[in-house]
Amino acid sequence: MSMIEIEGLNVWFGHGPDRVDAVRGASFSVARGESFGLVGESGSGKSTILRAITGLAPDWSGRVDIDGQALAGGKRDRAFFRKVQMVFQDPYASLHPRHSVDQVLSETLHLHGIPDIDARVRSLLDDVGLGGRFRFRYPHQLSGGQRQRVAIARALAGEPEILLLDEPTSALDVSVQAEILNLLTDLRAEHGLTYLMVSHDLPVIGHMCDRLAVMKSGEIVEVMDVGALRAMRAEHEYTRDLLAASVAPGPHSA
Amino acid sequence: MSETLTLRQWLLTDEPTSRRHARLASLYKGWLTLRGNTMAMFGLGILVALVLMALFAPLIAPHDPYVQNLGNRLQPLGSPGHPFGTDSLGRDILSRLIYGSRITLYIVTLVALIAPVAGLLVGTVAGYVGGWVDVILMRVTDIFLAFPRLVLALAFVAALGAGIENAVLAISLTAWPPYARMARAETLTIRASDYISAVRLQGASPVRIITRHIWPLCISSLIVRVTLDMAGIILAAAGLGFLGLGAQPPSPEWGAMISEGRRFILDHWWVATMPGLAIFTVSLAFNLLGDGLRDVLDPKEGSQ
Amino acid sequence: MNLLDVENLWVKFPTRQGVVEAVRGISFSLGRERLGIVGESGSGKSMTGRAILRLIRPPGMIEADRIALEGQNLLDLSEKDMRTVRGERISMVMQDPKFSLNPVMRVGDQIMEAYLLHNKVGKAEARKRSLEMLDAVSIRDPERVMRAYPHEVSGGMGQRIMIAMMLIPNPQILIADEPTSALDVSVQRQVLNIMDDLVKQRGMGLIFISHDLNLVSEFCDRVLIMYAGRIVEVCDADKLHQATHPYTRGLLNSLPRLDQPRAKLEVLSRDPAWSEAPSVGGRA
Ligand SMILES: Nc1ncnc2c1ncn2[C@@H]1O[C@H](COP(=O)(O)OP(=O)(O)OP(=O)(O)O)[C@@H](O)[C@H]1O
Ligand SMILES: Nc1ncnc2c1ncn2[C@@H]1O[C@H](COP(=O)(O)OP(=O)(O)OP(=O)(O)O)[C@@H](O)[C@H]1O
Ligand SMILES: [Mg+2]
Ligand SMILES: [Mg+2]
Repeated sequence: MSMIEIEGLNVWFGHGPDRVDAVRGASFSVARGESFGLVGESGSGKSTILRAITGLAPDWSGRVDIDGQALAGGKRDRAFFRKVQMVFQDPYASLHPRHSVDQVLSETLHLHGIPDIDARVRSLLDDVGLGGRFRFRYPHQLSGGQRQRVAIARALAGEPEILLLDEPTSALDVSVQAEILNLLTDLRAEHGLTYLMVSHDLPVIGHMCDRLAVMKSGEIVEVMDVGALRAMRAEHEYTRDLLAASVAPGPHSA
Repeated sequence: MSETLTLRQWLLTDEPTSRRHARLASLYKGWLTLRGNTMAMFGLGILVALVLMALFAPLIAPHDPYVQNLGNRLQPLGSPGHPFGTDSLGRDILSRLIYGSRITLYIVTLVALIAPVAGLLVGTVAGYVGGWVDVILMRVTDIFLAFPRLVLALAFVAALGAGIENAVLAISLTAWPPYARMARAETLTIRASDYISAVRLQGASPVRIITRHIWPLCISSLIVRVTLDMAGIILAAAGLGFLGLGAQPPSPEWGAMISEGRRFILDHWWVATMPGLAIFTVSLAFNLLGDGLRDVLDPKEGSQ
Repeated sequence: MNLLDVENLWVKFPTRQGVVEAVRGISFSLGRERLGIVGESGSGKSMTGRAILRLIRPPGMIEADRIALEGQNLLDLSEKDMRTVRGERISMVMQDPKFSLNPVMRVGDQIMEAYLLHNKVGKAEARKRSLEMLDAVSIRDPERVMRAYPHEVSGGMGQRIMIAMMLIPNPQILIADEPTSALDVSVQRQVLNIMDDLVKQRGMGLIFISHDLNLVSEFCDRVLIMYAGRIVEVCDADKLHQATHPYTRGLLNSLPRLDQPRAKLEVLSRDPAWSEAPSVGGRA
């Protein structure tokens, strides 16, 4: 059974002349335990799909089923948040500037009603490779990569089944990126998580995902599997451009 | 010696071992930041002195502030036994100032507790909830803003009856709208940010988001604003006193003392000037402290 | 003469726990070329860029023998002259674009304000030019983006808006701090082409700070590799993949590759000796 099932999803912002149709008629499904990638142009609505699923973009139509349950509008219940969590695109914007790492994590654990908060905070920090040293730091005392790990720890705190990842490594340098991608791979293997991952970096998607959808100006133009991506077998012209651009003649492909 | 050194090191650690430790360490670091700010310490010193003065007024004051001595009226500065002179009824101005600090503190504390909290509440709720709640709350705010402050306060006092408590209430009721506007503006930018979205995704209720996540970010600018408004608040209380609606004579309220001394401003300037200086000093102290507090409350300041 | 010459630059932050040295005595020069700076997070890339513009916030301190812009030492200038340098001769695109934009002002108003500051033209003209600039960084529907607030644009759009704004004053040197990290490859290429044109046609000098090694090796002329506040290796960009320093090799090996799938990515293991080794000179 599929974990995420999206059919004919339209998402818009505003109304009247300022209305933006950010996503139009998107359909795809993600199986339980699968890792699914979303790639595409900047501004094509990738983040918006994730926000619609989580209820942060309340104006949408179409069908979104999570684990067989249909969602509606912008309201989500606690059970939903236990099941689905999200890591935001910008680690500089996704942590409260006045809350220490400990506050962020223990509040999250408290909200999910998880007992023994103290020990859990410590084990979460260990999970994401931040020792106890970082526990009482504030975001401005952390580098971009460390912030993103805190954000991942926060998303993992409620032990979700589905993780929505919005460019989890685009703000990070390659060595930290490798650490975080390995971490995500391990977590998925350990807990059987389902990933829906946005990225503009095709090698990252190729490394992490089983299948992917390509988006352009609000529409999904193609759904392909990673084998086709590696073999550069694309149907749609935009995908071909994207592939060509990401392996453009550079010294490294020689 | 080594005991205190280790305590200091324990407090300054980079890696606290427990939540309590972290809280103490951040309090201590905040205190160090504040202490590093000479002007703020100066302000804090004045305010501490004011509190002590109010507490120990009977011990410090050389005379009874209420005892009149018409034969000894309008003595100049530095006259024997009356360093600040005496007023039109022959009462010692220094003693009246010392006792007056009690009233001033009382007014300032009450207003500072009521107005910003009310403003914060209205502003953040309006900004966060939006929609018709926002429209209604902001219309109410506009109505309050549209009236001149003293007129509105007058109306309230007229309805509630004269007296210090009612004056405080009236001033608070007229002082909250600017805070509400400010808090709302900040809430609007905070509301759209990812860290608020993130905590919504943990299933946090709006009440929790407003009190735990939005308030801490609004409070520092609010504190600065309130300390800047303190002078105005003291003066407004004085104005009400002058109209016979605030502190009632013979109470040594500073503002009332100014308005009393106003009649002799040309020949006996010190009668109005001394309480004026007192108000000025206290408002300045609040401003300096407020400025220093802003640095402490914002952990980013000076470290990034 | 070199456009920019940096000699023995240090950036220090005194803290209660001691002095943090973010940049430790680096020297390099910039001609009319594309100079890449790569390195892991926290290695001091952004601080180097900010130090050139003297934009380190106190208590941070900048120390250098010389930071010379066309022979003129920037360290000797008054704060007022420095503002002119920042406005007109050296521009910088900051790392987190959305933080650099005013959250309560429409994007269009901010661009127009920047344009009017540098050009004596009317509002209508400024508007027209702003639209053109948004178009140049391939933003679709620039009319709408002009009316949007910063939180209403996507991550990549925010970055492109910042780039458009920095190009307004037509600077001699552009310092771009991770300018394309949120852009997809095709848009990235368009943005790079714009910068490339400026370097080739107007003779601008570009300092391109990035953590994307492939991108830097393709796009830049020369690359400085930074580690713990020092330059550990300097090489021609097209030879980056033959770099010898173990740190550079480690960075290269931790990249995922489409053509070589593997279960686990390599993670950099650090050698304390790297941060002790003296800085390599980065002069052309
Ligand atoms: N709150 C909002 N109000 C109005 N328009 C919005 C809002 N959020 C997003 N948009 C618009 O929706 C479109 C899609 O944005 P989205 O953030 O989903 O792009 P994206 O695919 O994630 O791009 P990127 O890779 O640059 O992050 C953009 O045109 C953006 O301007
Ligand atoms: N105010 C400060 N006080 C103390 N240390 C600081 C301060 N600001 C920055 N640093 C330190 O300076 C070092 C260099 O930071 P910088 O921002 O230049 O890194 P970067 O190479 O740009 O990394 P990234 O790729 O994450 O942006 C970091 O180790 C950081 O911890
Ligand atoms: Mg996005
Ligand atoms: Mg940086």
